[in-house]
Amino acid sequence: MSDYISHDHEHDGIDRRGFLTCMAWAGTGLLWTIKGGVLASTTLAQIAKAAGKMPASDLSFLQISDSHIGFNKEANKDVTETFKIALDRINAMPTPPSFLIHTGDITQLSKPEEFDTFDQLVKSCRTKDVFYVPGEHDVINDGGKFYRERYLKTVDAKGSGWYSFNKNGVHFIGLVNVLDLQAGGLGQLGDDQLEWLEADVKGLGSDTPIVVFAHIPLWAVYPQWGWGTSDSERALGYLKRFGSVTVLNGHIHQVLQKVEGNVTFHTAMSTAFPQPAPGTAGASPGPLKVPAEKLRSMLGLTSVQYKQGSSSLAVVDSNLS
Amino acid sequence: MTTFIRKTKMAVLIWGISTVALSVFADDGANSSAGGKSNKIEIKDFMFNPQKITVKSGEKITWINRDEEPHTVVSVGKKFPKSSGLDTDQEYSITAGAPGTYEYFCSVHPKMTGTIVVEK
Repeated sequence: MSDYISHDHEHDGIDRRGFLTCMAWAGTGLLWTIKGGVLASTTLAQIAKAAGKMPASDLSFLQISDSHIGFNKEANKDVTETFKIALDRINAMPTPPSFLIHTGDITQLSKPEEFDTFDQLVKSCRTKDVFYVPGEHDVINDGGKFYRERYLKTVDAKGSGWYSFNKNGVHFIGLVNVLDLQAGGLGQLGDDQLEWLEADVKGLGSDTPIVVFAHIPLWAVYPQWGWGTSDSERALGYLKRFGSVTVLNGHIHQVLQKVEGNVTFHTAMSTAFPQPAPGTAGASPGPLKVPAEKLRSMLGLTSVQYKQGSSSLAVVDSNLS
Repeated sequence: MTTFIRKTKMAVLIWGISTVALSVFADDGANSSAGGKSNKIEIKDFMFNPQKITVKSGEKITWINRDEEPHTVVSVGKKFPKSSGLDTDQEYSITAGAPGTYEYFCSVHPKMTGTIVVEK
C-alpha cells in the first residue's frame, strides 16, 4: 500500500504514462484499496507475504468476465480450459467468495450449445450464486431473450434485464448496455433503464456503498473502438451523492482503473483472450495474439472485499499463470 | 414476465418490417437471376471494405467475415433482413432491391458502419 496514483483523476482521457503504468500492473495481480478517493496499490506477491495482516472482510465476491465460450482461434484455442483454471482458482481460495459476478460475453456467438458448455463448467464452482449482465456476444441473434430466460432466474429483473440487490449493506446494481445499439454509436443504457436507476437509488442513504456492474465500460476508455457508454454520465449523475461507488466492467479484456471523485471504475481481465491496449497503433479491438507461455498471465479474475464501517472496497486482480 | 412484453412487441414489429423489406432487398437464395455481378464486401480489422459500395438493383451483395471476432450486418431502419452472427469466414448475401442509399452497421460493434448505393 505504498504506491499512490498521483495523476489527475479529473482528466477524462487516459494519459499515456498513466495508461502504461496501469498496463504494467495488469496481469501481475494487485490489491486496490480505496480510501477517500485516494487509491493505493500493492502487488499480489506483497499480499502473500503479509497474508496474516490482511483485514477480515464482511463481504467478498468475485468478478469473472468475458469467458467467450465457443471461441477457438489462434489467440486461445481452448477457452474452456482457461475458464476451468479460473474456476479452480476460485475453488482454491481459503475463504470462498459469497457470490460471483459475471460481467458478460459468456459466449462467443450466443449459441445455445455455448451457453450449455458454460453452465456445465460453472457447476464445478463451489460458489453457487452467480449474478450476470449480458455482453454484446450474448445477445447477437435474439436481442438477449435466451440469455434473460436462463440467467436472471434469481433476480427481480426489469426491462431488458437490469436489476439490483442488497448484500451486507452494499447495494449492487446490474446494468445492461449492449442492446439496441445505434449505428456508429457506443454502449447504451437507454431512457427506461436510466429512469429505473434514478428511482432505484432514491431511497438509499448516501453512506450506502454502491457497486455497479455492466459489460461495456461506463467511462470513455476509448470511444473510437466503442469502448464506452453514450449515456453513462446520466447514470453516474444519479450516483454522485454516494460516498463510495465502485463500477466493475468487462469488455476490454484488460485491467484499467480510474478514480473520479468517489467513483472508482475498474475493468477486469477476460478468462479467454487478451485485447490490445486502447488505441494501439495498427490494432483493432479484437483478440490479441500473445506467445502461448504468456497467455495465462494476461487472463484473470477480480476479487472484491468490503468491510462494514469502512468506506473502502478492496479490488484485487489476479492472473491465471 | 410482463417486463418483457415491450421487447416481444418490438420483435414482432421487426419481423413485420423484415417481411416487408423482402420486397426491397431479397434474402439471397442460390444464384441471383438478374445482373449476375457479385459484389463482395470483406469484413476485416473491424471495417467493412469497401465501406461504400454502388450496385445495380438485382445484383447480389455478399459480406465475408475475415476477422476472428463475430460481426453482423444490420440495416439502419431495418430496410433489409439482418444477418445472424457471422463467425470467421462465414458469408451473408442479399440481393439489392429498390434504388436508394442504405446504411448498415455491425450490431456487435456499432462503430462499424457501411453504405450501399443501389442504382437502377
